[in-house]
Amino acid sequence: MSALALAYAALFYAATAVLVVGVALKIRSYWVTPAPLKIPTTPAPTTNGGVALRLAREVVFFESLFKASKWTWIFGWMFHAALLLVLLRHLRYFQQPVWTPVALIQPFGTYAGFAMVAGLAGLWARRWLVDRVRYISTPSDHLHLALLLAIGLTGLGMRFVRHTDIVAVKAFMLGLMRFDIQPLPADPVLLVHLALVALLMLIFPISKLLHAPGLFFSPTRNQSDNAREGRHVAAWAAALEK
Amino acid sequence: MATAAFETPKLKPYPVIPLVVEGAMARSKPYVASPAIQAAIGFPTELAEGWEQRAVAKMGELLGKYRSLRVYMDACVHCGACSDKCHYFLGTGDPKNMPVARQDLMRSVYRRYFTFAGKHFPKLVGAVDMTKDVLDQWWSYYNQCSECRRCSVFCPYGIDTAEITMAAREIMDSVGLGQKYANEIIGKVHRIGNNLGIPEPALADTLLGLEEDTKEETGIDVRFPLDVEGAEVLLVTPSADFFSEPHVESLIGYAKVFHAAGISWTLSSKASEAGNFGLFIGNYEQMRNISLRVKEAAQELGVRRIVIGECGHAWRVAYGFWNTLIGPFDWLDSRYPVPQHICEFTYDLIGQGALRFDKERNDDRIITFHDSCNVARASRMGNMPGGQFVIPREIIKAVANRFHDMAPDTIHESTFCCGGGGGLLTDDLMELRVKGALPRMEALKNVVDQHGVNFMATICAICKAQFSKVLPYYGFDMSMVGGVHQLVGKAIRLGEPH
Repeated sequence: MSALALAYAALFYAATAVLVVGVALKIRSYWVTPAPLKIPTTPAPTTNGGVALRLAREVVFFESLFKASKWTWIFGWMFHAALLLVLLRHLRYFQQPVWTPVALIQPFGTYAGFAMVAGLAGLWARRWLVDRVRYISTPSDHLHLALLLAIGLTGLGMRFVRHTDIVAVKAFMLGLMRFDIQPLPADPVLLVHLALVALLMLIFPISKLLHAPGLFFSPTRNQSDNAREGRHVAAWAAALEK
Repeated sequence: MATAAFETPKLKPYPVIPLVVEGAMARSKPYVASPAIQAAIGFPTELAEGWEQRAVAKMGELLGKYRSLRVYMDACVHCGACSDKCHYFLGTGDPKNMPVARQDLMRSVYRRYFTFAGKHFPKLVGAVDMTKDVLDQWWSYYNQCSECRRCSVFCPYGIDTAEITMAAREIMDSVGLGQKYANEIIGKVHRIGNNLGIPEPALADTLLGLEEDTKEETGIDVRFPLDVEGAEVLLVTPSADFFSEPHVESLIGYAKVFHAAGISWTLSSKASEAGNFGLFIGNYEQMRNISLRVKEAAQELGVRRIVIGECGHAWRVAYGFWNTLIGPFDWLDSRYPVPQHICEFTYDLIGQGALRFDKERNDDRIITFHDSCNVARASRMGNMPGGQFVIPREIIKAVANRFHDMAPDTIHESTFCCGGGGGLLTDDLMELRVKGALPRMEALKNVVDQHGVNFMATICAICKAQFSKVLPYYGFDMSMVGGVHQLVGKAIRLGEPH
């Protein structure tokens, strides 16, 4: 058992714990905080089914962003859709045997890596080229893009430029899931790739990556427009009626 | 200071997103509420020692009370979708008037005190301490937001800057920094019953005068009843409808509709105001207390229905919040929605064939319709989503022959604020109001040039007052703006004089 494998195993256990516990705590804080008034951005659906559809359109198509800015939408949607394919493709490193859907996605997932990088490059370009977006961009915004881009590029590098021992990587990952640490290839590109992924998992609950769970809790999007039909009194507001 | 000279923006034939001009509106600040104004509505009278900690504590309290604030502080990714959506940014070029930057004024303080990253790596994530300098920026830029929610339409997470502006104003009020215009009005509504401070005798006198004027105009006894017990409908309308032009023309329109439909109605001297500035300052208790006056008045008068006059934010509060704040309304006639908008009321009567119009009486007008932000993006009319766009336009088309909409990206849910909403309709913010009206003025100019439009109808007292003041800056006649019920009142048939 190498120190390297142990270090990376520890890193991934820690990153997973931070990601799961951190996001769970954040979601809990969103969940327990009341929305004391009906504030859907109208026109809004009047039924819960309609709200589910509205949220689905936001999640799948980025409907509001499409209305806002076609360039941001193209790059943003391309990046996220590609990221989804890439993530699904990576499931094969955690399964034996590999699920059929994951096997079917494989060819799309590989080339989606390019779309992901292209999308990120477009999003980053906006941060330099559009004066308004340049003004609002913080070091953290640039670093998020740099991090994702580096993850994408190292991944593409291993797939298309200099192959790593993928069989050993898979054995390591399967081992992690059984708490049975296996050797990890000492390929520098792989190590950078994995370290950056762990970093992404670590910062998820303390960064703007919280936009992902946030959308589902956004009252302007997840509330139905039925204010005249039903009351909507929060516990702290009900105390005023006493 | 606030009334210093400024240049009115030039109207361009098509919209141009301005380049960022840092600090362009940093000088814009409203007057601060006096200790007397603050004390009258239960706020601390001035910024006292230790306000920083109290402000942060208040922010913590609000984060626990409002899911919107909590989620919106975390969710923004600085994508810039909102950056060209605010009329104040489009009119001034000041980057802090981009919704994302306005939000960040609070987000940077939130990060410093409430997040891991901001506590430990403040520079990296742009977290800052709550200082006087930060407060000064809040004071300026949270008083340059009209809470119109246009940004929230375009945000991929639905982040609503109005929620953040309201929280910021609530925090500032809680440490003794109040806005004179809004807080003085809230004091008046409690003390006298309406925002303009019109006492009951003056109101009664005005209504009598209107009855005489209408008799003279039509030869018919159209009543303007006040405090009539047992009336079917209580009409709650913005107090500007009693005294301001063109607002009063709509009040005459409502009265004619009630007369023609033969439905008994009354105004209330106690609830002689539909407006609710508690919304603008983000204070739930104020919003509730101001709403309670209406409930009390309705119960004292024993009415069966409540109808709201032409007022945008009042309709938001009434439609969206009343049931929660002061409901349930099981003591009113359940066959009608509570509350009901005057446009819903009139539209229903038109549908029943209960009203007749001579449309050609409006033929001197080529009309367009300005969707008011709170009606468009924070409420509804009728049974279907978007009814708030359909119903007023259908009424206009029922009472007039010539109608043209403005450009599609400037109406309906994408409508531009008039520039004076959200508690900013005050002379100390004149530069902001004029510049903030730019996107609407450009859209109006286009239909004026293409279709000869000479009348912009709207259903909001603030829009009417704002446009009356601002239209001349852009070379338009101030009488171009008016109410939907002004048009209704002009065309409606009242029967033979008797």
